[in-house]
Amino acid sequence: MGEGWRGGRGLDQRATFWFIYLPPLIWLGIFFALPVLLMAAFSFRPDMRGDFLQLWTPTLDQYASVASTISYLRLLKDSIIIALGIGVATVVLAYPLAYFLALRAGSRAGFYLVLLLVPFWTSYLLRVMAWKILLGTEGVINSLLIYLNVIHEPLTALLYNRAAVILTLIYVWIPFAALPILAALQRIDPILFEAAADLGARPLRQFTRITLPLSLPGVFAAFFMVFIPTVGEYVTPLLVGGSRGFLYGNIIQDFFTKASNWPLGSALSMIMLATTMILVLLATRLIDLRQLFE
Amino acid sequence: MNTQRTSIPLSIYYFGLIMLLYLPIAFLFLFSVNSTASLSFPIKHLTFDWYQKLFSADAVLRSARNSLVVALGSSFAATILGTMVSILMLRYRFRGQNILVALAVLPLIVPYIVLAVALLLLFSVLHIDRSLWTVGIAHTVVALPYALLIIASRLAGFDSSLEEAAMDLGADYPTTLRRIVLPLIFPAMVSAWLTAFTVSFDEFALALFLAGTQPTFPVYLFSQLRFANRLPIMIALAVLLMIGTLTLVFLAERFRQREA
Repeated sequence: MGEGWRGGRGLDQRATFWFIYLPPLIWLGIFFALPVLLMAAFSFRPDMRGDFLQLWTPTLDQYASVASTISYLRLLKDSIIIALGIGVATVVLAYPLAYFLALRAGSRAGFYLVLLLVPFWTSYLLRVMAWKILLGTEGVINSLLIYLNVIHEPLTALLYNRAAVILTLIYVWIPFAALPILAALQRIDPILFEAAADLGARPLRQFTRITLPLSLPGVFAAFFMVFIPTVGEYVTPLLVGGSRGFLYGNIIQDFFTKASNWPLGSALSMIMLATTMILVLLATRLIDLRQLFE
Repeated sequence: MNTQRTSIPLSIYYFGLIMLLYLPIAFLFLFSVNSTASLSFPIKHLTFDWYQKLFSADAVLRSARNSLVVALGSSFAATILGTMVSILMLRYRFRGQNILVALAVLPLIVPYIVLAVALLLLFSVLHIDRSLWTVGIAHTVVALPYALLIIASRLAGFDSSLEEAAMDLGADYPTTLRRIVLPLIFPAMVSAWLTAFTVSFDEFALALFLAGTQPTFPVYLFSQLRFANRLPIMIALAVLLMIGTLTLVFLAERFRQREA
């Protein structure tokens, strides 16, 4: 077990090992692994009756009921597609930002980066709410258009639908998505560009053959840093989506709050967890994510 | 060198998008100094009344204090745990090492709603009432991966020869950790702590499920959204908190650059 970095330096190092090993292990065991296992167990429960710790006969009823409810499956499919779309759109919009900072901004890059990050460090809930203030029926856009006599009745189609959710989330994620792409671009050795130019490669070809391939790990990281929180998103739909803008996360939330059907909620939650895990695993087969942390 | 060419279309794109990103925030600020509780054009007159009213709004201030307590506690715990896992990851070799590191990084790829309901289940099964503690525990779990990545990347930058030298000179391992390793990674620990702090301070999706009767600021803000006339006060506080967060972030960045 606790062999040190020099192959066991004696008792004090072994004692130190347990001292720094047990706290994180216990913490993560109780507050991360155990709750997820409990949720898995709960998803095989037939109903909410009886005490939480009472034994029950495992059943696949909850999963069967998810599988037979078209609206859940459609919401899952929609949420995955919307999260994929938001992920792609955000990465595409953020890439030029990172490219500019890494390769074109020169000595002022640090200051420009801070400018980009200020919105990101602003309260998430507040930025979502800002869109509500902008898009609402008595909001900025409507009152401005009425004031300018462009329209006479407020437009109601701006808020409380999926388009509002998608717009808001892309807005929220853009600065965040630029960071891993920026990190990947900054790691490219400038000598590669010189070599390519010396060999006669035009800028476009330099981009497609050097810059883009070498920045792909950052692009994938950015995509997942957007995709994972988005696929489980329930807050933004609550604020700007309304019932027409609800996503899969909202039904999980409903079953743990209003509807109070925790076994079904657990099953829905396990399906979401499995979906994200599978997608992340697929991505790690496509690309070695470890190089991001080097 | 051709890599530092300036590009006009790219700069237009960059600063254009930056302006778009600032626009909604600018409207928020406008909202907090607007005399009426709905932001409609034309704006009639500007006032700092909402900021004054804020300081007599007890519940609002209490929720901000709750957020502060949770963020201080959870960022401290996440930094300590992150330091421990970093040292275990880079200075030890033991069975189950990969499992521990995976456990510490995995919260990064678990959607918050899943973690929120799983923790809600755990606390219900254990008959633990929801409180600031339960929110703080959840925030520690989600902040730990950030702390780990920040601290581990600094620790990975030092080879272990300094530690070996200390031990060859007779220092025991705890002393080596305390006198050599911790001072070396201290800047990263500060930066990890600040990152964890901002992760927690602003967090809503977990807190909504786990806060119980003591709302954090985002949870309280959310509960007040229905009452249009209270909105400007909330936004006034949010603007102040935003200025506070930004100050912290700038301090963290300056600290990191000075130490780097």
